[in-house]
Amino acid sequence: MAIWLTKDSKVIVQGMTGSEGSRHTRRMLRAGTNIVGGVTPGKGGQKADFDGNALPVFNSVYEAMAETGADATVIFVPPKFAKSAVIEAVNAGIGLAVVITEGIPVHDTATFWAHNVGTGQKTRIVGPNCPGIASPGQSNAGIIPADITGAGRIGLVSKSGTLTYQMMYELRDIGFSTAVGIGGDPVIGTTHIDALAAFQADPDTDAIVMIGEIGGDAEERAADFIRASVTKPVVGYIAGFTAPPGKTMGHAGAIISGSLGTAEAKKVALEAAGVSVGKTPSETARLMREVMLTR
Amino acid sequence: MDLYEYQGRELFARHGLPVLGGGVAETPGAARAIAERLGGRVVVKAQVKVGGRGKAGGVKLADTAEEAQARAADILGMDIKGHTVHQVMITTTADIAEEYYFSYLLDRANRTFLCIASVAGGMEIEQVAHEAPEKVAKVLIDATKGVNDATAREIVAKGGFPAEVADQVVDIAVKLWQAFVAEDATLVEVNPLAKTGDGTVLCLDAKVTLDANADFRHPDHAARADQAADDPLEQAAKARDLNYVKLDGEVGIIGNGAGLVMSTLDVVAYAGEAYGGVKPANFLDIGGGASAEVMANGLEIVLSDPAVKSIFVNVFGGITACDAVANGIVSALDLLKQRGEDVTKPLVVRLDGNNAEEGRRILDSAANPLVERVDTMDGAAQRVAELAATGV
Repeated sequence: MAIWLTKDSKVIVQGMTGSEGSRHTRRMLRAGTNIVGGVTPGKGGQKADFDGNALPVFNSVYEAMAETGADATVIFVPPKFAKSAVIEAVNAGIGLAVVITEGIPVHDTATFWAHNVGTGQKTRIVGPNCPGIASPGQSNAGIIPADITGAGRIGLVSKSGTLTYQMMYELRDIGFSTAVGIGGDPVIGTTHIDALAAFQADPDTDAIVMIGEIGGDAEERAADFIRASVTKPVVGYIAGFTAPPGKTMGHAGAIISGSLGTAEAKKVALEAAGVSVGKTPSETARLMREVMLTR
Repeated sequence: MDLYEYQGRELFARHGLPVLGGGVAETPGAARAIAERLGGRVVVKAQVKVGGRGKAGGVKLADTAEEAQARAADILGMDIKGHTVHQVMITTTADIAEEYYFSYLLDRANRTFLCIASVAGGMEIEQVAHEAPEKVAKVLIDATKGVNDATAREIVAKGGFPAEVADQVVDIAVKLWQAFVAEDATLVEVNPLAKTGDGTVLCLDAKVTLDANADFRHPDHAARADQAADDPLEQAAKARDLNYVKLDGEVGIIGNGAGLVMSTLDVVAYAGEAYGGVKPANFLDIGGGASAEVMANGLEIVLSDPAVKSIFVNVFGGITACDAVANGIVSALDLLKQRGEDVTKPLVVRLDGNNAEEGRRILDSAANPLVERVDTMDGAAQRVAELAATGV
């Protein structure tokens, strides 16, 4: 099964003919993703070649969906154009929009999110500033390396790309149902809670790794959700215990504001909800290994 | 990026918000000139990005231009909670009858913007919210609709503003929202928003945070960046487009991806507990494409930090290939040698992921005596802490 992205997902790429877009389209195709076309305004009607696979280019998401039956889009367009790209995808009514772009102004993200909510929230937006979603052995929408791990029964949700890769690597012998990188921006379309709920409902996921970091209170809210609604085992990891307040640590959303958003507060909240929280990524992987091997 | 009060005041003025006349000065003489221009009684305020400056003696009244010069001389150079005062703002004074509070900010949890308004201003809004929550109005703003006259009236009603100031506050609420959006701010806060003796409502303070991601549409924002307050190493890193934050430990950290680098800091700090409290000296994320040049620039910044005793390069190759990283390290060390840098600090390198084996082979065959390869992140953290503490 996996969540949100399966072998049946028909994926288009917005910005497919750009340098990042074409590079990652090639990688996604090699990972087995069913990419049915791309969108670059003004280049509709052209074909783009990927290792002998000629994919159609469309002028709009609407047109691409009508022609190919696409139900998911991966967005690689530059920050300047990201807001209109997402709004276009939402207006076309696509089910899943994975926004890889880093550096989108938060006013733009808040606006496309509000637009999505205001039009009935028909689109699941993942990101921005995220590595995307991978359901190993089925499909890969984004930039998560496909060869780290195979299919298995762990679900993973993370704010960080490289920590996602690290965790997949440490648990590569056990494997993952789906890994969701939700992104490190202050406003994101899919939260830890959304992913936890989907993994809880997914019959092919047995346990969940949740990776968080300093900034905001998404992890604290996720802890409340876990206490109330998640019965599958959850193992957690939080990055940024040594981060000083008031400094942005790489991710736009990774900032402790006053006393809000500290790693300690997140760890305490998760542990109070019964989540085992690892001190290091390796210890977190060990905790998950114990969960999976003692089931 | 947080603005200084004087920058916030200028920004408010540009967007038609009512502020007091004033100017900013870096010398007592310049402060005097501004006070002369304004005439009469003025207030001299230290420009620092930290609260509590009034208590620290950073805000003084002056009845004459001479006095303003003397007060500026007292305040300039003062240390307020670790921040040196380089500038003072001089403004006219207002006779305050009532103090209110008004702000717009990003509400991460609700994924939108929030307006906070209160008739109890002039103190910390968190304190008001704690002691008298009924006095604090919170109104979520729909980012697609913004704040128009009707929304502003709703806010003013919820905030319980007196009828005689309602129209003025509505006007300020609309203009402040326009400034918030036009400047890509994540916070605009007016505390106090004051009613003067003659019933005029004025913005007496201006706290503004701008979104760095939006700099591409605000060429003027970069000019407001605060060189003087930044650490010199942070400035040098910024000039090279590196994502660097100076910390106060001894282990230099270079890694790829914000989450992994934050995690590396933590793991090094834990490992350092066994070595007398060795801690990370910096955060440095070299991002996706770690070319030799980026690695050289990163290494140069970290090596130039006199506090650094050892360096941990921690890379998980996702898109980044570890062989490119390894080549980057090898050629960076050569490059630094050619630039005449005296490279003597030991490096511990951990490579995993994309092309890791080839990367490790490249490091092993280069056999630089300063470079030590460790297979795991935890093991490498242990070793780099030991090197920082003992030198061997």
